[in-house]
Amino acid sequence: MTLPDAIAAVPRLPLDEDGGPVFSAPWEARVFAMTLQAHQAGVFTWPEWAETLGAELARDGDGSGETLGYYDHWLTAFEKLLKVKGVAGAGQLADLQTAWDAAAKATPHGQPIELQRR
Amino acid sequence: MSGHDHSHDHDHSELSDIELRVRALETLLTEKGYIDPPALDELIETYETKIGPKNGARVVARAWADPDYRDRLMKDATAAIAEFGFTGRQGEHMVAVENDETTHNMVVCTLCSCYPWTVLGLPPVWYKSPPYRSRAVRDPRGVLDEFGVHLPEEKEIRVWDSTAEVRYLVIPERPHGTHGWSEDRLAELVTRDSMIGTGLALDPAKRETAA
Repeated sequence: MTLPDAIAAVPRLPLDEDGGPVFSAPWEARVFAMTLQAHQAGVFTWPEWAETLGAELARDGDGSGETLGYYDHWLTAFEKLLKVKGVAGAGQLADLQTAWDAAAKATPHGQPIELQRR
Repeated sequence: MSGHDHSHDHDHSELSDIELRVRALETLLTEKGYIDPPALDELIETYETKIGPKNGARVVARAWADPDYRDRLMKDATAAIAEFGFTGRQGEHMVAVENDETTHNMVVCTLCSCYPWTVLGLPPVWYKSPPYRSRAVRDPRGVLDEFGVHLPEEKEIRVWDSTAEVRYLVIPERPHGTHGWSEDRLAELVTRDSMIGTGLALDPAKRETAA
């Protein structure tokens, strides 16, 4: 599936020959899709996203992914932007990670892991 | 989850740091109403062919074309698949299960981390759904019917439940009328579903007319 030009215009986005995004693991597709939806919901503009991602990639030298993969940087940039925008409050993501970790450890293998929320 | 399973016979589940971060984000954004999980699944599904089942299809095609390779694959699938340079990040152990005249194999597991995505690409959304897993174990023939796969009554269906350590790759039966085909041509007949066991390899006769 081809991406709209505006969306494809982020730094060094891996694309296939048809202009579709390329992922090397399922979670990468998930975080990519979440970023698109959060943008569509008006959390941030796409240029804001491109700038945040670019800054994160720049922290890793040339961003060639030798130390970390492209989507590792993407994930970090997404977390940062959500904090800047006040969507993720202090400690909120860390608390949720802890809750998910506990849920996973309490789930026998092969069962779906679910987070119990009030 | 059931909440009262204190059995220590089964390993508990484990999510990697990355998976924890992704799930935390998804929970937060869902609760704040910025994302909608069903729409998210739909969006992902449009991309799920992009890692593509092509890696697995090449493995299957070679197993069909080269008996020595097939033997290596059945003996040690991890090593045979690594011959192509496809290796999992977590070093998971691959096992090949082969369909034949008497047996059909299919694979289940609800955790997407238990899906051999290095060979099969992104898991389809239905694969992760609880109904698929429970029904595939209880009523595999019924599930196959819904996928449009109607097997003769006498054919045995084996269901393989992936574990954290072992991922399965189904080697579908080689279609008739493909004698002497090259691996590239054969690989085009191998669908993702045929390697999960919820489909069969494409029939070249039907494919000609469809094309």
